[in-house]
Amino acid sequence: MTELLALETTRRLMQPTPIAPIHLASIALEKSYRKGDLQIPVLHGVEINIRRGEFLSIVGQSGSGKSTLLHVMGLLDSPSVGEVLLDGDRIDDLPQKTRDELRNRVFGFVFQFYHLLPELTVLENVLAPLMIRHSMVSYWKRRREFRAAAEEILEKVGLTHRLKHKPNELSGGEMQRAAIARALVAKPEILLADEPTGNLDAGTGQEIMGLLRNLNEQEGLTIVMVTHDESLARSAHRLVRLTEGRLELLHDAA
Amino acid sequence: MYKLLLCVRYLRTRFIALASIISVMLGVATMIVVNSVMSGFGTEMRSRIHGILSDVVVETNSLDGVHDTNRWMTIIREVGGDDIESLAAMVEIYGMMTYDYRGQPVMKTVQLIGIEPRTKSDVSPIAGLFETSLDSYQQIKEQGQVVREPLRSADEPVGWELTADAAEDRRHRIELEQRFLEQREWERKRSQPEAEALDHDPSTLFEPINAKTSKDAETASPPDFSEGEEPAIAVDPAAPQRARLYVGAGLVEYVYTDEETGKAKVMRIIRPGEDVMISTISAGRPEPVRFHATVVDIFKSGMSEYDGNLVFCNLEELQKVRGMIDPQTKDGAVTSIQIKLKNYDRAAEIVKRLSTALPPGLFSVRTWEQKQGPLLAAIEIEKAILNVLLFLIITVAGFGILAIFYMIVVEKTRDIGILKALGATSRGVMTIFLSYGLALGIVGSGVGVAIGLLFVTYIDNIEKGLSKLTGRKIFDETIYYFPKIPTDVSATMVIWVALSAVMIAVLASVLPARRAARLHPVEALRYE
Ligand SMILES: Nc1ncnc2c1ncn2[C@@H]1O[C@H](COP(=O)(O)OP(=O)(O)OP(=O)(O)O)[C@@H](O)[C@H]1O
Ligand SMILES: [Mg+2]
Repeated sequence: MTELLALETTRRLMQPTPIAPIHLASIALEKSYRKGDLQIPVLHGVEINIRRGEFLSIVGQSGSGKSTLLHVMGLLDSPSVGEVLLDGDRIDDLPQKTRDELRNRVFGFVFQFYHLLPELTVLENVLAPLMIRHSMVSYWKRRREFRAAAEEILEKVGLTHRLKHKPNELSGGEMQRAAIARALVAKPEILLADEPTGNLDAGTGQEIMGLLRNLNEQEGLTIVMVTHDESLARSAHRLVRLTEGRLELLHDAA
Repeated sequence: MYKLLLCVRYLRTRFIALASIISVMLGVATMIVVNSVMSGFGTEMRSRIHGILSDVVVETNSLDGVHDTNRWMTIIREVGGDDIESLAAMVEIYGMMTYDYRGQPVMKTVQLIGIEPRTKSDVSPIAGLFETSLDSYQQIKEQGQVVREPLRSADEPVGWELTADAAEDRRHRIELEQRFLEQREWERKRSQPEAEALDHDPSTLFEPINAKTSKDAETASPPDFSEGEEPAIAVDPAAPQRARLYVGAGLVEYVYTDEETGKAKVMRIIRPGEDVMISTISAGRPEPVRFHATVVDIFKSGMSEYDGNLVFCNLEELQKVRGMIDPQTKDGAVTSIQIKLKNYDRAAEIVKRLSTALPPGLFSVRTWEQKQGPLLAAIEIEKAILNVLLFLIITVAGFGILAIFYMIVVEKTRDIGILKALGATSRGVMTIFLSYGLALGIVGSGVGVAIGLLFVTYIDNIEKGLSKLTGRKIFDETIYYFPKIPTDVSATMVIWVALSAVMIAVLASVLPARRAARLHPVEALRYE
């Protein structure tokens, strides 16, 4: 863990060049779902290396397994076969508690369907990862600092005027931006975004993309983004397509 | 932190949770109320039972009683040593009490207790046993209004004298009777001088009072009878009988519901100053006797067992009429000796020592609790059973919580997935729902305790309100003698009830909480 934190400080200094070290990787990743006696394969040996500070786009047909891939890489799900590596270390077989902690500290998730907590306000939703990370006492001590951080992020995504709103009082785009803010507030190393622009009009979609690109360029955040929109996807460093459970390179800007 | 926040939010937004809070609350409140009332009744009963008896009772095994009371008392004092506070000797026998009511003879079996009021009072754990239970010392209230001030001041020692009112009453009545009789006599002589239908003669009803000395003298032990102030009393026709009684209220009054107001009213058939006939029944040596006695006071302890059974008589007179006084030594026999201890905790040991010290065939020694064992045990068992039943209510509330929580967990499946995706541990998720249960339990039992205590405090007002609302008396004084519903709130009971309710709420939330903790994040996220 300390190693990871040390890496995090050096991360900002690095440029997203192809020679940057490999940040997140998967080896021969397979995932199949069991349906009764039937095994439904979704991923067939996905091999991918994502470099530190890279912006990777994944496209693919609906049902091709893009969300599943993100879940497995982000430790939300475990692979049937294969390994997930973070900075060269295998992480998918770590004990549950460590994986919970990695999810909280290293990964930021933006879900396809936002997945905000309906009982909490936008601000509280954004603060949720920090609340989970810190004990009650330490959270209470640093609550001003955390609140300031959350407000800063919400300003970045343009939701300052919606802090006290509940998710059901927001538009789809606003919810999407709140979800992004939540993913970023805990200062993750890797952002896993599942169709962050899927429900937005072209203009707002571009805005969000700009935001992500900014984060990637200025803060060196490693981003893996799933999208349907190939024109958006092309603005990433690298674009891969998931077909029949395997990855195929479409475009490499570097 | 998120645990607390979510717990509070779920609590605030789920109205269904309110239902489980209410069920816990009601369970706790009823348990507190019922327990308080039950133990109120219990303590009241115990103190009344104990009040009539004393700490330790030494009873003779024969109805004849034993002579040499002083010797036995000395032995008891020696054996008991410093533990003994006071002793009282008495005669306890069974008998019948007969009086006329509207021309009809009323007959009751009674337990006749010959006592010395002062010594009897001394052995009772109640300070002023008779002062608190005899009618003439009481202020009588009706609907909050004083209708009669006490006839005797509290510092007047208990004795066998009639109150001025009762004496006046008696004199007046006897004069009336006499005049009535004279008139009847005169009329009879005038209309049918020769007809003598004795069985139709109403004067037989009143015969005892006028001819009191003759009959009593025959049955009572003749040697003592010639002495004392006897001739002086005989001169005054209104003088009370030599045998004086405190009669249990249940024997001479009955409670009826007033047609107009619907209120319970007491009808007293015999009032102090009137005479009744006592006959003793006996299998032993003293022959059954009949004698007239004047009711000096009405005794009301609040225990229907006692008030409907006991008749206290002046000890010496009872010994005299029953022939229990030794003609030579003038020593009266007694059937039981009651003992008051300085410290009741030592009762068991004293009983053991007395049992060995006193001749075993002659006496049996028991504490009041042993003597009234079955009654006391019945109260305890009743309470225990009720507690079990009420605890079931809370358990039912617990199952309600379980079901509701399960529902909430299912409903919140996606949220749980989100939390886990954001890095919440299974323990953390479990904590949300456990503390949710804890909060429900605490709030429910807290409010329940408050409601229960309030209910107990204002139970009489509530009872009145409910009675008015339903038009039926809920707490009927005709059944219970208590003017108010007795309650006894014990702190341990309240704490115990509240804690177990909280426990049940937490236990009920364990299962749903575990389910929540075990949810797979991705599957939870996909849940619709
Ligand atoms: N829990 C599951 N049980 C059974 N099958 C599943 C499960 N989860 C996913 N699948 C299947 O795996 C396949 C891939 O699903 P996934 O959600 O990864 O697709 P996707 O590429 O994200 O699609 P979309 O673009 O519509 O979001 C689908 O065919 C889906 O039916
Ligand atoms: Mg998907």
